[in-house]
Amino acid sequence: MTEYETPALEIDGLGVRLPGEQAARPILDGVTLRVRAGETVGLVGESGSGKSVACRSVLGLLPPRARTSGEVQVAGRDVLAMNRAELAGLRAGQVAMIFQDPRASVNPLRRVGDFLTEGLRGAGTPAAAAENRAEELLDAVGIRDPRGALRRYPHQFSGGMLQRVVIAAALAGEPALLVADEPTTALDVTTQAEIIAILTRLQAARGTGMLFVTHDLELASAICDRVYVMYAGRIVETNGTDALFDRPRHPYTAGLLACTPHIEAAAAAPRPIPGRPVSLAEAPPGCAFAARCAHAQPRCSEETPELAHHGDGLAACHRADEGIKL
Amino acid sequence: MTGATEELVVQRLRKRYGDHTAVKDVSFTLPPGSSLGIVGESGSGKTTTVRMLVGLERPDGGTIRIGGRDRSAPARGRAERLARAREIQMVFQDPYLSLDPRVTVGQCVEEVLRLHFPMETTARRERVAELLDQVGLGEREAAALPGKLSGGQRQRVAIARALAAEPRVLVLDEAVAALDVSIQAQVLELLGTIRREVGIGFLFVTHDLAVVRHITDEVMVLREGQVVEAGPTAGILDAPHHPYTRLLLSSVPRRGWNPGDAAAARRSLG
Ligand SMILES: Nc1ncnc2c1ncn2[C@@H]1O[C@H](COP(=O)(O)OP(=O)(O)OP(=O)(O)O)[C@@H](O)[C@H]1O
Ligand SMILES: Nc1ncnc2c1ncn2[C@@H]1O[C@H](COP(=O)(O)OP(=O)(O)OP(=O)(O)O)[C@@H](O)[C@H]1O
Ligand code: SF4
Ligand SMILES: [Mg+2]
Ligand SMILES: [Mg+2]
Repeated sequence: MTEYETPALEIDGLGVRLPGEQAARPILDGVTLRVRAGETVGLVGESGSGKSVACRSVLGLLPPRARTSGEVQVAGRDVLAMNRAELAGLRAGQVAMIFQDPRASVNPLRRVGDFLTEGLRGAGTPAAAAENRAEELLDAVGIRDPRGALRRYPHQFSGGMLQRVVIAAALAGEPALLVADEPTTALDVTTQAEIIAILTRLQAARGTGMLFVTHDLELASAICDRVYVMYAGRIVETNGTDALFDRPRHPYTAGLLACTPHIEAAAAAPRPIPGRPVSLAEAPPGCAFAARCAHAQPRCSEETPELAHHGDGLAACHRADEGIKL
Repeated sequence: MTGATEELVVQRLRKRYGDHTAVKDVSFTLPPGSSLGIVGESGSGKTTTVRMLVGLERPDGGTIRIGGRDRSAPARGRAERLARAREIQMVFQDPYLSLDPRVTVGQCVEEVLRLHFPMETTARRERVAELLDQVGLGEREAAALPGKLSGGQRQRVAIARALAAEPRVLVLDEAVAALDVSIQAQVLELLGTIRREVGIGFLFVTHDLAVVRHITDEVMVLREGQVVEAGPTAGILDAPHHPYTRLLLSSVPRRGWNPGDAAAARRSLG
């Protein structure tokens, strides 16, 4: 173990709360999460659970007027305490982010070459060298005729090809940490496989840490070393991938697994979790999952379960020790 | 015999856009109450195929018959157009785009009934409530505008509206792709129940083979507009013959998956 090494990302007790009447509960509450160098860490949960807000906080991007608590350390420095110039440096260097929609990350009016070289040139690389580097990067993400591609505009690329360009740009600054928020959700299955192959290969070769957000548990189980499960703004369970998926301790994790369609011949048909997630307007007492949980007991809607050690992982459930089966 | 005469029979369907042939000689049969998956990469011609079935696109060749009635030739008059529209109904991926934002959920379903069936107002209102109940929506949702509903609820409205026409075939084009996992499971469960209870045929367009495993009896694999493999779903997913089907299968993430296998499968396709 390299415990003494500075992690690529260390989020400690992060809280994000909207001001006043806008919400009954925080968007994020006590989120603690770590990504080591070279590690791929998954963040999963239903829509609205807070995955994107958590990701964006890593770049210092927070909802307007939100109040924060806790720390977000990237390569040992607290992002929440950075000023504007420091944040700009962070985004150009240590952290890169890949979003679901590649068209949202690029300026449609600028050539792909300018998009790829701007960070490098900003960091002082001469124009010719930056261009060569951009060409190498496009080649590494499997774009044919990289030199020609530099001259083209975003609309001349398909979604899958443009996402490769965005990945190339993300890797240009040799970041210590890559934050990928559903990077392949909009792509079809074969393109997703190609993009994931490129992303995981380059990340492993460079020792980049990766925080990978998805609501596809099968994808998380395929590529992540560890996974965090989020519900209503809190981490409710985390463990190594195999342990988490073989022996979920939290009924919500088990529920997410049961509703995921599996391709294997013997797989059971997907079974929905009853009800719907708690919105920001609701702040039920006790365990936020209680209204949907088949294992709920009276104490579940009175005492909030804390995240505690169970085996090698952590789970926030009063009954985590009982061996939950759905 | 009576069942077989009501089946959907598609023969040598073709569609060209300029000098690009998007659909080439696609043929299949969908017996009443069965479920056929149409799979393939983006651009393989899935949507074009089903748009021709519902009449949103004119075929350049081939025939589409239900119970022997040809629907590929232009309809003669409003009555025939309506009758055809009733037979095959479609649910799209994005319920935002397919529902009128200014029309309440109840009115939206009622419009379909008014179009296809002569009914008393009270009977029609009762039927609306029944249809919405079938997809798990109540009075509150019936009075709401689509914008006030969640994605999963909107997709249920789109399904209820399609069922209102009492179609023989329901076409679902990536209808669960945009939904959250748990909502997706709810909609899949609902569709399974409807198929058992109402006995209509499903055409399920998707690129998600894990979903295909659970919702279809048969599957048809499209590549560049052509059928490369077709047959019972379990047989094809467990023992694919065509290298393109193997590429699709090797692209599906699962535990122990190596995304590099998909690239290898692509190379072996040549
Ligand atoms: N800028 C913002 N201002 C106000 N509320 C916000 C803002 N961004 C997110 N929220 C709210 O915070 C909660 C968490 O949102 P978030 O986007 O992080 O969810 P998510 O887990 O990424 O969901 P999805 O799977 O749909 O992407 C939601 O209730 C959302 O409406
Ligand atoms: N209106 C149109 N005009 C010109 N070309 C079209 C038109 N509609 C579809 N095409 C072309 O026909 C081919 C098949 O497209 P289609 O939309 O049927 O694919 P698909 O399998 O549904 O893909 P996806 O998974 O992306 O929805 C593609 O090459 C597409 O570019
Ligand atoms: S604490 Fe209670 S309600 Fe919450 S997940 Fe555990 S058993 Fe269910
Ligand atoms: Mg999100
Ligand atoms: Mg399509």
